Amino acid sequence: MYCEGDSWGCYLPMSLRSMGSDPMERVVKLASESAVVIFSVSSCCMCHAAKRLFCGMGVNPTVYELDQDPRGKEMEMALTTLLGNSQTVPIVFIGGKLIGAMDRVMASHINGSLVPLLKEAGALWL
Amino acid sequence: MNSPTPQFVPSRLSIYEPIHQIGIWGENFKRNGNPNTSTSLIVEVDNKLENESETTSHEMLAPTNNYEQEASKPIDKIQRRLAQNREAARKSRLRKKAYVQQLENSRLKLIQLEQELQRVTQQGLYMGGVLEGSHIGFSGTVNSGIAAFEMEYGRWVDVQHRQICELRTALNAHISDIELRILVKSGMGHYFELFRMKSTVAKADVFYVISGVWKTSAERFFSWIGGFRPSELLKLDPLTEQQILEVCNLKQSCQQAEDALSQGMEKLQETVSSTVAGGPVAEDSYIPQVATAMEKLEALVSFVNQADHLRQETLQQMSRILTTRQAARGLLALGEYFHRLRALSTLWATRPPEPSLP
Repeated sequence: MYCEGDSWGCYLPMSLRSMGSDPMERVVKLASESAVVIFSVSSCCMCHAAKRLFCGMGVNPTVYELDQDPRGKEMEMALTTLLGNSQTVPIVFIGGKLIGAMDRVMASHINGSLVPLLKEAGALWL
Repeated sequence: MNSPTPQFVPSRLSIYEPIHQIGIWGENFKRNGNPNTSTSLIVEVDNKLENESETTSHEMLAPTNNYEQEASKPIDKIQRRLAQNREAARKSRLRKKAYVQQLENSRLKLIQLEQELQRVTQQGLYMGGVLEGSHIGFSGTVNSGIAAFEMEYGRWVDVQHRQICELRTALNAHISDIELRILVKSGMGHYFELFRMKSTVAKADVFYVISGVWKTSAERFFSWIGGFRPSELLKLDPLTEQQILEVCNLKQSCQQAEDALSQGMEKLQETVSSTVAGGPVAEDSYIPQVATAMEKLEALVSFVNQADHLRQETLQQMSRILTTRQAARGLLALGEYFHRLRALSTLWATRPPEPSLP
């Protein structure tokens, strides 16, 4: 059911979400609503890799495809500003806290800090 | 050649002031446009008196016999000295001309060799099975990026080999941990340097990096996204219980990260493939599909970078888990492993041809 083909954890219909007028605010709000949040672009293969990474660990990430949201462009820009211009999707939040782009996610998995964060956020058990 | 025929200056000068003469002679040198043959040459000639062929001196001297020999001996000597100077200056100019000619030739040769190298590199890429190369030429910048990388990589391998030998010696000699730490750090730094080099050339031609043509054939056999598998690093020595646990966790994370990137790569292949194949086949126009596919291929660069990033992080985590001595042994084993793979490649390439069966 999860992580088969295109059904990632849960795709939340964003139009039903509360509309913060500031894109940054919206990002933060969405990020805090699930244990693991990935801001992605549907055609991006690195985003696919990020999704596979979490699924492979038994985690169900909440994915927001920015190219499928009417306000996705603004949110993408807000995220880029937050992270510095060289960083792009996928961008991962765990327990409402910003982890970063693929670089940071990989680094924190290798150095062992990712799993404790996931457990803390309730995304992983044992 | 502009050097004037030897002038017998004394015929133009009043002879009786030797120092004055030498001064003017110095000027003469300069007016000949030869700043190198400065007045110091005059001093040089003194030292060269034995070296200068006596025959030339005699030749020069012969005409001076036409001068009044009743003139005082010192004047004779001075004239002879001046003549020798002229000769020395002339020879010096000739030598300089020859040297400059040689430099020019070498420069031309160098340009030719560089062009040859570029051409051969291109051919190497063609023979790597890159079919499109025969239809679409490589730009100059791609070639120079690749040529530069190949040279740097050659040097990298040499330094790598030297470091491996140093590590081996150090471990056998039981040097202090502090000194060993320095070797470990520079060993790791050397790998990080390679990742930087790869990142640069990946921007010029990512297919070059991914194809692994820059490596030997046996290394290429094990290649994963343009390099070695990070999990290759994790074949290890005796470990303490704590270490066994940490290495086990690292192995698992590493494997998961590798799998994620591999799946991302597969998705990229599918995407590019379906883009290229897309659109009505009945029509002859494929430019839009190919153009779109090109955009998607840009993602390949980020995969190569991410793979190298994974290698780097794994190396660093290993150095945190292990003691200095263990890390040194690990680096030695890794370097030795690649060294043996290269030897295997060479051996394979030079194996005798298989006898054909009747």
